[in-house]
Amino acid sequence: MKFDLILRVGTKMILPFILLFAIYVHFHGDYGPGGGFQAGVILAAGIILYAMVFGLDAARRIAPQGLVELLVPTGVAVFAAAGLPGMFKDFRYLDYGVYGHDFLHAHEWGILIVETGVIITVFSTMVAIFYAFADRGRG
Amino acid sequence: MTISLIQMALLTMLAAVTVAIIRQRNLFGVVILAGIYSFLMASVMILIDAVDVAMTEASVGAGISTVVLLATIALTGSKEYPSVRRSLVPLFVAAVTGGALIWGTFPLPRFGVQESAIHMHVAPEYLQHSKDHKMPPNVVTAVLGDFRGYDTLGETTVIFTAGIGVMLLLRGRRRRLKENGKSAGKGTA
Repeated sequence: MKFDLILRVGTKMILPFILLFAIYVHFHGDYGPGGGFQAGVILAAGIILYAMVFGLDAARRIAPQGLVELLVPTGVAVFAAAGLPGMFKDFRYLDYGVYGHDFLHAHEWGILIVETGVIITVFSTMVAIFYAFADRGRG
Repeated sequence: MTISLIQMALLTMLAAVTVAIIRQRNLFGVVILAGIYSFLMASVMILIDAVDVAMTEASVGAGISTVVLLATIALTGSKEYPSVRRSLVPLFVAAVTGGALIWGTFPLPRFGVQESAIHMHVAPEYLQHSKDHKMPPNVVTAVLGDFRGYDTLGETTVIFTAGIGVMLLLRGRRRRLKENGKSAGKGTA
């Protein structure tokens, strides 16, 4: 699709909004529908759209394969680590009371950290799977 | 009234798309129809107020799955060859399984009934608790991230495992082939 002008311009116009929407879904998950999982998929969809229109190499420049594959376990580690601080302060594992004095505040922070782990893993897994498939296609 | 009309229209379209998927021999068409199916399903989810699930269905079912399936078709070719054998036994198996599944739905509580077991177990406790403590307004997020944090950690691990599995299957062999071929190089090709 190298010379398809309408697709290229259209993609460039729509891409910032896709990425912005992903961030909105992530940070607004407490109040509206969505959360880390949906945001990660939307973010990955943005990168995949870019890869489909501008080519795999262009996508690799903004989301390097090595980095993406490194992020796959990082997200799980962030999630698992989010439960640890509470254990040193008389809370149970994955109890977010440790993140603030006010109950609502603490738990909003806890959920945000946990969702950040989810978004990292989901985004990187989806992109890594896409890279793996697309690579095979090139032989 | 309006909602049930929309619901009927959507479910009819779902059935039509399913028949089209079965009859379609071109796999590219099948993938696109499956994407349409997911979007219709997402609309149904919105109608029954499951917005979070609808969002997931639209982004994963219609978005990522379609792309991955298209990438697979690019590798395998896009024509399905009709089977030469008689398909009476598979038809029988499918009919019996489908019948058993439908039969299994009879003892289930009616759809949307508040007194059914699934709404009486932990759900009221979660709702009450998030109300008492002024938890995040989207209870779905509160349940996923907070009440059932362990489950979500497990789900994230499942996604991680799936990603690692696909990478092992698809990437590992390619590197070996490259090494067997020309002088092995770890470049980006």
